[in-house]
Amino acid sequence: MERLKGKSVYKGIALGKISVLKKDDYVVKRVKVEDPEAEIERVSQAKEKAREQLQKLYDKAVKEVGEASAAIFEVHQMMLDDDDYNESIENIIRTQEVNAEYAVATTGDNFSQMFASMDDDYMKARAADVKDISERLVRNLYGGDGGDMEFDQPVIIVADDLSPSETVQMDKEKILAFVTVHGSTNSHTAILARMMNIPALIGVDMDLEKLKSGMEAVVDGFSAEVIFDPDEEVRMEARKRIQEEEEKTKLLLELKGKENITKSGHKINIYANIGSVGDMGYVLENDAGGIGLFRSEFLYIGRNELPSEEEQFQVYKQVAQTMAGKKVIIRTLDIGADKQADYLGLGKEDNPALGYRAIRICLTQPEIFKTQLRALFRAAVYGNISIMYPMITSVEEVLEIKKIVKEVKEELEAEGTPYKDNVEEGIMIETPASVIISDDLAKEVDFFSIGTNDLTQYTLAIDRQNEKLDRFYNPHHKAILRMIQTVVDNAHKEGKWAGICGELGADTELTETFVKMGIDELSVAPSMILKLRKIVREMP
Amino acid sequence: MKNFEYTIKDELGIHARPAGMLVKEAKKYQSKITITKEGKSAEASKLMAVMSLGVKCGQTVQIAVEGPDEEEAAAGIQAFFEGNL
Repeated sequence: MERLKGKSVYKGIALGKISVLKKDDYVVKRVKVEDPEAEIERVSQAKEKAREQLQKLYDKAVKEVGEASAAIFEVHQMMLDDDDYNESIENIIRTQEVNAEYAVATTGDNFSQMFASMDDDYMKARAADVKDISERLVRNLYGGDGGDMEFDQPVIIVADDLSPSETVQMDKEKILAFVTVHGSTNSHTAILARMMNIPALIGVDMDLEKLKSGMEAVVDGFSAEVIFDPDEEVRMEARKRIQEEEEKTKLLLELKGKENITKSGHKINIYANIGSVGDMGYVLENDAGGIGLFRSEFLYIGRNELPSEEEQFQVYKQVAQTMAGKKVIIRTLDIGADKQADYLGLGKEDNPALGYRAIRICLTQPEIFKTQLRALFRAAVYGNISIMYPMITSVEEVLEIKKIVKEVKEELEAEGTPYKDNVEEGIMIETPASVIISDDLAKEVDFFSIGTNDLTQYTLAIDRQNEKLDRFYNPHHKAILRMIQTVVDNAHKEGKWAGICGELGADTELTETFVKMGIDELSVAPSMILKLRKIVREMP
Repeated sequence: MKNFEYTIKDELGIHARPAGMLVKEAKKYQSKITITKEGKSAEASKLMAVMSLGVKCGQTVQIAVEGPDEEEAAAGIQAFFEGNL
């Protein structure tokens, strides 16, 4: 039994088997072999296994994200069968009398080099696909499991850190808890844990080499402890507490169908933050009044090409229809900074949080923006969609957006494509500049939604991904609370509404303060909706 | 030998997915099918070679089909281009 401390990002308790995710960087060695034909046979077995793995990934992706996104795994399968690629592997093995791993890795490098040197950004990005299939083959040759995040039963994920694209791949039904060595309380692992209502610990000083998948563990988000290989007493205690938590949740569920209303009759809206259609289940289960933040960037990351208009349209339409007339606020592409998509070729920046991101990308590359806007205005026909623009710092940006929106509508009109003209459009308030000029901005938009994570990082000059700064990061800083009040007041002066969609909105210590400030909406992780409803209903 | 030309209309050019579909189509026939763009050629049955031509929207490719079933193959491939690219 080993007991380790970390920092808890979501309270809860879990007991189960662990799955250790290692970024195994196999160092491929060149080894002379006696029997090249046997190596070629090994390659063909590794390929057979790869084909099965890719088929599984394909089937899973079709079910979860649709056929268009799944197509990449089909392309991978075809690449595996490419004549030139296979000839190269066989040639290296036969002529140099070397091991299969070396031949595959070398061939993969050569072919990916070929794509990387093309003058077409799209084809450049294919280099990653060739690398991907080659690494898959090498992992299979070494007897690994292909590196896919597939689990037969729910597990506790143990990792160094998790990237957004890794978390996207995971089957959310099969995760009991997260335990990571790195990451900060505002990282994506943390956001995901809150969404899924499962315990998560970060900053746990554990040796991943010593831990084995299949080992048991207890994750306690209340005491911020993980206990590997627990004894019977610890396991019993954990089981008892899991049951108690379930009972508390059951009590909260009785609040379903009730209003978010204080005893004196003041009502607010409590909506859900989601990142994909897959999260809709949590939204309905927790009785959200609407969707206050749909993070559309998750359509763009963890893949190799831009999502098409049709693909986006289908997703937005599905969400709007599922919510059946309830408000669905979709935030336009907020990529850059900590959320990267290789195919966009955004490049490394010295200061990404202050860099080329979100609306700045959309206004610089309007073709990407227009595709999304077309999909949004078309999907708006099927429900109550609002559009929200991120990272606004000036009135001029809003005017530029309006111009593009006008063009998009004119194009749709000219083509005779059905779209909704009268769509509510608002902005994220997440830069200090936008707070200061919120009086002017309120004249131009229909609503404000305060993104407290970025607003706090920009106001306090603290990098939210830097775990060393967590102790300086005071989300209750007076500066932030005063800013929120300013934004609410300036919105109301123009007859507009203001909400919060950052993590602060879910901070139960502040719910009462926000309601008193006159905030109209709180958009939070689905798992927090009923907890906030309870607080509001108990307010005088 | 059968020859024809085709100008790509798909805005993404011959990107990965249609290239894969093209390979599937080409493998149905015994004839050798060659795609040429600006002097660079690739066999239509080889995915990475086709992709490495980097054919973009608006560019014209020449297609040559040679073999026992070239009539049928040329018609099939031409229909594929028209329907998908």
